[in-house]
Amino acid sequence: MKIINILSTAFRSLYRNKLRSILTMLGIIIGVAAVITMLAIGQGAQYSVKEQINALGTNVLIVFPGSSQQRGVRKGAGTMTTLTDNDAKAILDECPAVAYVSPVTRSGGQIIAGNLNWFTAIDGVGIDYMAIRNWSVEYGEFFSEQDIKSAAKVCVLGSTVAKNLFPDSDPIDKNIRIRNVPFKVIGVLTSKGQNAMGQDQDDIILAPYTTVLRRLSRYPYLRQILVSAVSSKEIPVAQRQIEELLRMRHKIQSFEPDDFTIRNQTDIANAATKTSKALTILLASIASVSLLVGGIGIMNIMLVSVTERTREIGIRMSVGAKSKDILTQFLIEAMVLSLIGGMVGILFGMVAAQLISNIAGWPTFVTAFSIFLSFGFSILVGIFFGFYPARKAAFLDPIDALRYE
Amino acid sequence: MIDSNNFSSSNGKLLKVEHLVKKYKLGEVEVHALRGLSIEVERGEFVAIMGASGSGKSTFMNIIGCLDKPTSGLYLLSGIDVGKLSKDELAEIRNRKVGFVFQGFNLLSRTSAIENVELPLLYSSVTSKIRREKALESLNKVGLGDRIHHYPNQLSGGQQQRVAVARALVNNPAIILADEPTGNLDSRTSVEVMNIFQRLNNENITIILVTHEPDIARFAKRHILFRDGKIKSDKVNKEIREASEVLKTIPLIDDEEEE
Repeated sequence: MKIINILSTAFRSLYRNKLRSILTMLGIIIGVAAVITMLAIGQGAQYSVKEQINALGTNVLIVFPGSSQQRGVRKGAGTMTTLTDNDAKAILDECPAVAYVSPVTRSGGQIIAGNLNWFTAIDGVGIDYMAIRNWSVEYGEFFSEQDIKSAAKVCVLGSTVAKNLFPDSDPIDKNIRIRNVPFKVIGVLTSKGQNAMGQDQDDIILAPYTTVLRRLSRYPYLRQILVSAVSSKEIPVAQRQIEELLRMRHKIQSFEPDDFTIRNQTDIANAATKTSKALTILLASIASVSLLVGGIGIMNIMLVSVTERTREIGIRMSVGAKSKDILTQFLIEAMVLSLIGGMVGILFGMVAAQLISNIAGWPTFVTAFSIFLSFGFSILVGIFFGFYPARKAAFLDPIDALRYE
Repeated sequence: MIDSNNFSSSNGKLLKVEHLVKKYKLGEVEVHALRGLSIEVERGEFVAIMGASGSGKSTFMNIIGCLDKPTSGLYLLSGIDVGKLSKDELAEIRNRKVGFVFQGFNLLSRTSAIENVELPLLYSSVTSKIRREKALESLNKVGLGDRIHHYPNQLSGGQQQRVAVARALVNNPAIILADEPTGNLDSRTSVEVMNIFQRLNNENITIILVTHEPDIARFAKRHILFRDGKIKSDKVNKEIREASEVLKTIPLIDDEEEE
């Protein structure tokens, strides 16, 4: 029997039992749609995690001071006052795998501008800070090398701060007072939105680190040194170079532990991607259970169909159908059910993913991979669950089948 | 009927059965359906097989129709030793050389007349164009050329049986096996179906018919009586009724005229 005849026979017999065929397909449709949607949500999660990690900057390494210890009480990472401005300069000068370096020191307080005030953080940074973090100034300008050298009292506002302190006016060239130190506003940062932890990245003021160290902090130590490697491949190299350099500079003996910690973006990214991948796999495997249930639905209906059509099978055998012909006919029917179900399911899944992304504001991505996966899976389900009923039909005895009432 | 001419050329006998035995096991009990049966049928014969129920008629038909295999004995169909064939080869013989007509018509429901007739051709390598042509030709032979797209439930019993006959004919079989073809039909339609069989037989198509109605058997050329799995009698029918003549004496039945 030719494949085209088998196909048309299969379509015709499915069409004869429209409602039943549709209900059977529904199982597969829901299964495939669930897989597609869940994968899309998972992909969306992976994407947003990646986005947020990229927002940290490109090829970023962060050097923290180590933990301090007072009479045996250890105080946690970053409490040691070991990183200096000179460390930052040395890293830039002596580590070839490093592209940019910016010291970071942090202060904070009540900011006053005219009759308005606002509490926020003030980060003292170097001029390369913007390059490392991929930030930009929306209007006005960023401070210069000269500003850093002279510890000029200038600052750049995050857009949230600008909105709160200067709701109706242009903040450029206005003066603000940070803990009673007057600063001149020279620029406003482009809005960045929330970061991975949900913090508002625009609620910040940037000032030359020298100014912050001298005017606002009490200690001449850095909170961290932000480093960017020349390329993502060079991140581990840069990390090693910084480690060696700082151990040398801090005169740490080979048996002593580091008095600083270096964290790199890839580590953070990997951990986060791992989590979101696990989430995707979890979602997809839950969804594939429904695909499995859909497959069992196909098997159930095909078994009913074989019993119901025993006479038809007998007639076909009496006019010369071989076991193989009957087997292929029922197998193809099961596959047509699962294939059409799969295709409709993919459409439904895409629509559902789009709806979720519109309603929940969560990015979703239907990838070619997930389409192929669920399509292939639905074909397999058809073959797997269609085979037993088809075999049952093929091995009927023609005489018994003809006599079946 | 070019094909059947080729078949019978080997030794003249279209069908030859020798010492055919068929045993069934029904649980612990062994049932002897056929107890050493021998028959020869030549091309162009019109045989009526009669006998009480349980005499082995249906078992015999199933075996010569290649739906079943004998327990022992020889069965040659146009020179082919059918007993030695595999399941798939038997299916091929059913497809090419045998046409079945059943008591219950056995048409596929919700499938048009022409598609029912095309069914055997679906299982042999024929293009869809030739398939349609042959099916049409076959339906024309049984006088249903105008109802090819009717579904079985839109046809009367007699018309359904004619579709079944057309289906049996479509692959130019060597032999047509009819198992109580008039069992579900009223007397006039029975005669109409017999009329078709007689016409086909006149075209040299071999027909073997199982019936328990002596009236129907009288249309056949040869009568074989089965009893307890053996042949009781085998004689030539000297008083063949012409169905076309009989038809003239029976008044028309309304539903046959219905369009």
